[in-house]
Amino acid sequence: MAYALQQLINGLTLGSMYGLIAIGYTMVYGIIGMINFAHGDIFMVSAFIAVTAFTLLAAADVSSIPLALTFVLIVSIFFTSAYGWAVERIAYRPLRGSTRLAPLISAIGMSIFLQNTVQLTQGARVKPIPPVIEGGFEVWSTPDFTVQVGWSQLLIIVITVIMMFAFTWLITQTPFGRQQRSCEQDRTMASLLGINVDRTISFTFMLGASLAAVAGVMVTVYYGVIDFYIGFLAGIKAFTAAVLGGIGSLPGAMLGGLLIGLIESFWSAYLWAEYKDVATFAILCLVLMLRPSGLLGRPEVEKV
Amino acid sequence: MKKTLLATACIAFGALSTPALADLTVAIAGPMSGQYASAGDQIRKGAEMAIADINARGGVLGEKLKLEIGDDACDPKQAVSVANTMVNRNIVFMHGHWCSSSTIPASDVYNESDILMATVSTNPQVTERGLKNVFRIMGRDDQQGLVAGDYLATKFKGKKIAVLDDKSAYGKGLADEIAKAMTAKGAKPVMRESITAGEKDYSGIVTKLKQAGVEVLAYGGYHTEVALILRQAQQIGLQLTVMGGDTMTNSELVTAAGAASDNVMFTFSPDPRKNPTAAPIVEKFRAAKIEPEGYVMYAYAAMQLFEQTANQAKSTKYSALEKTMRNGTFKTVIGDLSFDAKGDQKAPGFVVYQWKDGKYDYAK
Repeated sequence: MAYALQQLINGLTLGSMYGLIAIGYTMVYGIIGMINFAHGDIFMVSAFIAVTAFTLLAAADVSSIPLALTFVLIVSIFFTSAYGWAVERIAYRPLRGSTRLAPLISAIGMSIFLQNTVQLTQGARVKPIPPVIEGGFEVWSTPDFTVQVGWSQLLIIVITVIMMFAFTWLITQTPFGRQQRSCEQDRTMASLLGINVDRTISFTFMLGASLAAVAGVMVTVYYGVIDFYIGFLAGIKAFTAAVLGGIGSLPGAMLGGLLIGLIESFWSAYLWAEYKDVATFAILCLVLMLRPSGLLGRPEVEKV
Repeated sequence: MKKTLLATACIAFGALSTPALADLTVAIAGPMSGQYASAGDQIRKGAEMAIADINARGGVLGEKLKLEIGDDACDPKQAVSVANTMVNRNIVFMHGHWCSSSTIPASDVYNESDILMATVSTNPQVTERGLKNVFRIMGRDDQQGLVAGDYLATKFKGKKIAVLDDKSAYGKGLADEIAKAMTAKGAKPVMRESITAGEKDYSGIVTKLKQAGVEVLAYGGYHTEVALILRQAQQIGLQLTVMGGDTMTNSELVTAAGAASDNVMFTFSPDPRKNPTAAPIVEKFRAAKIEPEGYVMYAYAAMQLFEQTANQAKSTKYSALEKTMRNGTFKTVIGDLSFDAKGDQKAPGFVVYQWKDGKYDYAK
């Protein structure tokens, strides 16, 4: 039982990060109906920005951890959303209105571009940073197993919950959220009503990138090792999470992320760890066969 | 047709002109450029110093040694073309190549032309193909598992040991050998699993280790995953001792795992700088502003090996050299060398090291 609880905590930590990245996929799909394959690499770029920021702080002798974390988060969110904006402006906006395939290929190109640029400028070797937050606390102790939660695990879960609330508020309560939702429903009508569609789309990309940046900082703090290739695997898993939850649905993306995190950790806990990815994707296939639009997705309505 | 004739004429001319050279030509080959160029540089420095020393002693059988340098950039295709060039330059001895993937195809070329070679490549296949001209002055990959397995079974007797690998050819091979050697010594691993390299989250498997009460982890794979496993083990309050292979020499492990890296042990070739008889040579290198690390001393030893073989054989003919090298014992800066029928070193080529405060040293 204690063992299962520990695995549950592991799964939630991992799932939170998948969920944060998945929201970026699902939001972009919701508003312009394309899969932004460069999103995983935006996440990777944010992790590199975080490492750079941490290194700068270490050089400046900043020893307060909360201060350092806040600084790194702000820096990473700022620069990563600039990347998100630029990717949309350079690679997707000129192709809006052309065939559906064009922005898809352009997205794959962008993904390769970002990966290679980072590889060439930062080197192909892994970038380690020393542990930032060490230790944890005991939650529950039984004779044969002690459940322990790391401070960084707790931090990830707490920050994810805060981000989710802030995000829901932004989408449901603010003028921007209203514009965003109206563009999602009908872009032509929205522009007729005086909404700046291009700006709303740009802003959506920046929001997605900011959430990926939060995930990037968390990954850097929690795992301490990053390389130019992390965006690929994380991107695929997060995209899967978005599809599992129902692409286009925000709570769906978070739910999908958490589910994938939990499946991964429970599968490796009780069955064969080497078949973890096989299991994850088999479950994805199964869900899609039974519910083609994902767990929380609405079936697409043909607009006439 | 004309071109072929011309080429034949050139080769014939080349062959005719060589006896005119008084020097004996020996060669080194390895990655002098590319990703692994630092290793090539070490080999070159070691060999140049050795040849200067040998020539200062009067050369080999009264003839001075001349060094040829081949650059294969660790590319098998380039390695074969380097080997052909070296054959045309009538070398009598080759120290190289460095990458196993280069050594294996190149050794066939040297074998056809009766050229003796001593390499540091560790892939078992280098000496497993029955080529008589190939000798190895370093350990084999499959000996690492044996040394690590024996060490685990004796040092951690009675403790629970798990064996994990990263599914790669190198990692799984090593982990299988460790598990086999442990079981042979009566310490059966309590868990045998694989993880996916390149992922970042191993908390699932780490929690499983904790549940099984594992204290010692034998790991076949690279240092990045070990750093992640150690950090995540620390998160859930699990103290792990890790035994790995030669990839754990990478100091990134210490940066990424922090203090937990003190619990990492690994097998690696003995450090020739620690060899007391090598002290004067080590001094000499340092005086020349060269740190005799990595492959420097191995290259030096390879040249000593050739010098002593030729002197004992009193000939530079291939058949005499090959026979002498296989049967003799040679005193070099990396210790006494003697070879078995396959051309592998008789003494085990690996020792157990442990990280301590950001440096590694022989494990106690």
